[in-house]
Amino acid sequence: MVTTIDLCTPLSHEVLMLRAGDHVTLSGTVYTARDEAHLRMQEEGIPFDPHGAVIYHCGPVIHQGKIIAAGPTTSARMNALSGFLLDRGVRALVGKGGMGRQVVEQMKGRAVYLSFTGGCAALAASRMSLRGVYFEDLGMAEAVYAIDLDHLPLVVGIDASGNDLFDAVSRNAQARFRKRFSVPREVSP
Amino acid sequence: MIPSPDPALYEGLTRATCAALEQAEIFLPPDVVRALTAARDRETNGIAQREIDTILANIAMAESLRVPICQDTGVPVIYLTLPPGIPLDPRIFDAVAEGVRIATRKIPLRPNVVDPLTRKNSGDNTGPGMPAVHVRTGEKVTVTVLPKGAGAENMSRIAMMLPTDRDKVPKFVAETVLLAGGKPCPPVVLGIGIGGTFDGAAALAKEALLEPLDTMTSAEHEILDAVNDLCIGPMGLGGRTTALAVKIREAACHTASLPVAVNVQCWACRRATVEVQW
Repeated sequence: MVTTIDLCTPLSHEVLMLRAGDHVTLSGTVYTARDEAHLRMQEEGIPFDPHGAVIYHCGPVIHQGKIIAAGPTTSARMNALSGFLLDRGVRALVGKGGMGRQVVEQMKGRAVYLSFTGGCAALAASRMSLRGVYFEDLGMAEAVYAIDLDHLPLVVGIDASGNDLFDAVSRNAQARFRKRFSVPREVSP
Repeated sequence: MIPSPDPALYEGLTRATCAALEQAEIFLPPDVVRALTAARDRETNGIAQREIDTILANIAMAESLRVPICQDTGVPVIYLTLPPGIPLDPRIFDAVAEGVRIATRKIPLRPNVVDPLTRKNSGDNTGPGMPAVHVRTGEKVTVTVLPKGAGAENMSRIAMMLPTDRDKVPKFVAETVLLAGGKPCPPVVLGIGIGGTFDGAAALAKEALLEPLDTMTSAEHEILDAVNDLCIGPMGLGGRTTALAVKIREAACHTASLPVAVNVQCWACRRATVEVQW
């Protein structure tokens, strides 16, 4: 039987106890941010209290003040843009696909990466209510939305000790591929 | 004497295109849901099990709320059948594009179609060459839609392989999935085009995604085994369920060529066919 840990924002050092592979649910306020929002926050400052905050990599579909669809976007695009948020006290990043080595290092001892199932936009929207918006001029996909979550089901992809589930799976897949097809070297694009 | 096309045909085509998009974006085909459910039953990895549970819950939620399954509602790829006697008139393409525009407002769909270089968004999911419309003969006038999201489409690959390397097709496909990792939102469906020409193989690979997932040939099973043995799992978090199905389409090719294309499709293998009423 798998246990699920219920988390609620603002997060504190309880995130340090989480381990890669743990099932969690997240409730409370999260802030959506994609590429453009990260750039804007770097230039103009963070428009919400970052202490214990959670960033959700997401470009939602909003219609008449309601969240219609809000699945995760690929987090790796924000690899070079996340350090300043973690430095200011952000405790968790939510998205899909995991993040680079640099972010894994930056999260050590202070934050975790939580993976939400890609494509599950309808389920996500059913567990959300819209609280507010910042940087609305960036457009619907890129604006920062404050969203209240009600038990969004997530898995810890990268923990605060540097354990990275995505990296472990990827290294295992490389090894299995090379063995099956007798490939001597690491396969890269 | 060529029969005069009936204006009602074009209105019917517009309605059918919109209806097919509505069906495809909100309701995942039963064979895809069956494949996901069967994969959930076979899966032994706890994280993978819960990922598939979340996907199945999302499918049910989209149905009950009548909203798109995923916020990436894709670009419209459309296949038409026209029976003998129906002329291939430019108005057919206009009628389909109008159906896409109406569906974009009505469902609503995310406007995803942009100019390739200026990146200016048309706002209505149409543009030069978009929707992509493929026409073939058939017994009835039908519209089939295959909304294609970018995450999986971007992981697709083509190779002009050596004719003597035909036993290396499974390796090329597995390598494609390995390099994609969790990015295409696995568990994926793999459409594979073998033969034809450079462009033809890619078209075959995409058409293969229209086939039901319930049955597979031994060649398809062999590739599926190689792919699932990578243990990338749902969303790249590990587990056996990396792909739900492999579908191969073949065409004759030049004796000196072996084009092989892999079109990667996320778990949301959205497709629907509507017969045009007129």
